[in-house]
Amino acid sequence: MAHRWKNTLTRADATPMAAYMNRRQIMGGALGLGLIGAAGMARSQDADALVPNSWEDITQYNNFYEFGTGKSDPARNAHTLTTEPWTVVIDGMVDNPGDYSMAQIMDAMTIEERIYRFRCVEAWSMVIPWNGFELADLLTMAGVQDGAKYVAFETALRPDEMPGVRFPVLDWPYVEGLRLDEAMHPLTMMATGIYGKTIPNQNGAPMRLVVPWKYGFKSIKSIVRITVTEDEPPTSWNKSNGREYGFYSNVNPEVDHPRWSQASERVVGGGLFAKRQPTLMFNGYEDEVASLYEGMDLRANY
Amino acid sequence: MLVDRINQAARKVPTWTLYIVSMIPVPVLLYMAQTGGLGREPVKALEHELGEIALQLVIVGLCISPLRKFAGVNLIKFRRAIGVVAFIYVVLHLLVWAVLDVQSLDRVVADIIKRPYITIGMAAFVLMIPLAFTSNNMSVRWLGPVWRKLHLLTYPIAILSSVHFIWLSKGFQLEPLVYLTVILGLLALRVPALVKKVAA
Repeated sequence: MAHRWKNTLTRADATPMAAYMNRRQIMGGALGLGLIGAAGMARSQDADALVPNSWEDITQYNNFYEFGTGKSDPARNAHTLTTEPWTVVIDGMVDNPGDYSMAQIMDAMTIEERIYRFRCVEAWSMVIPWNGFELADLLTMAGVQDGAKYVAFETALRPDEMPGVRFPVLDWPYVEGLRLDEAMHPLTMMATGIYGKTIPNQNGAPMRLVVPWKYGFKSIKSIVRITVTEDEPPTSWNKSNGREYGFYSNVNPEVDHPRWSQASERVVGGGLFAKRQPTLMFNGYEDEVASLYEGMDLRANY
Repeated sequence: MLVDRINQAARKVPTWTLYIVSMIPVPVLLYMAQTGGLGREPVKALEHELGEIALQLVIVGLCISPLRKFAGVNLIKFRRAIGVVAFIYVVLHLLVWAVLDVQSLDRVVADIIKRPYITIGMAAFVLMIPLAFTSNNMSVRWLGPVWRKLHLLTYPIAILSSVHFIWLSKGFQLEPLVYLTVILGLLALRVPALVKKVAA
């Protein structure tokens, strides 16, 4: 069931490793000349001509509070996470519940590349060339039973390997959830790689969710449990502050976060003088996903 | 005695050196922002660093009188300069926020009105303005006893600033709470003297 969704961004849009190293040097030069504003504008013009962020942007600017709340903390601290062996428990309303080893999952799934926009609730964004498989394929393998309505996810909780969990920034372990139709949507994927390389720990190794039309915090990292349920599962940020973070958390430029506007975003990697760019409805995936929310008040179901 | 030696040394250091030394982080931060030293997204990082330095300077300023009272260390002559430098950092913090981050005057105004954490940050800034402009010998002479009363505004400024920091943080974070605790502790040290003054 792989390849059900066709990228509008192609491999040609992804910057090859060697080329983006050059690009960085060019940008470094531009920076010195104070031309970075122009570079930032070129970057934000056309959605179809999106340039994926560099490997450095993607792997050194992360929110993964289990490894610290600073943006560079995960890159610094996440090396301690043991990702081999790794087991994912799939349970709840499935025909084949059990412990699935990462190797088992990788054998059964077809890995493909998806270049997606990534929009954080904090109003910054990136473009990321993910490698992974559709979550629908994994759920189909587990056999979703009739009557199931939601899918719950849980991140590993390892105090010995995660310095950030010593303080209750959130109620650990991190948990997230999707409606079943959102989870089965062809855009929804499990990422196991970036730029064709194994996904780094700070990005959620060995397997993390990617839901490109929702704010980044929905895309839970380092998953150890997937539970198919009938009831809406609790989600970490909603538990922490329900007024600010709803269950749906679809990217929506018209519904502000109570503490900041969501109308525009800062593209990571543009430097000091980059222009903000307007945020797109459903992060630019309106054609693909708007039908999931037909008749719903998106302001009430934020 | 160590205290005497500190006091002697402090007497020899002219106040203007404090301005020079305390402004060193500005070019350093700008250089870091341009060269990747502040991470992949330098605007927020720079904004945050400048705000945090301002808050730290407010705390340093609040330490001066307890240091004299409880330890005999006299650094009073630097206090006004510390306040002025804190104000400069707040101005820079505001400029980075408005010009590099928000990038629109309409949205700056909307944020000040609509977002309570920005409203109180802005309130702290407004309260600092009269203090910054009266931190000179002429104003001290001119205002007389009113000057001391006016500069008690430092207390609400400190509290507002640290609440601003707590409020803008996501989740339950330790660092901003430490700032508020330190500030409340420093203000608590002043309570006995204030009570005595009111009772007298």
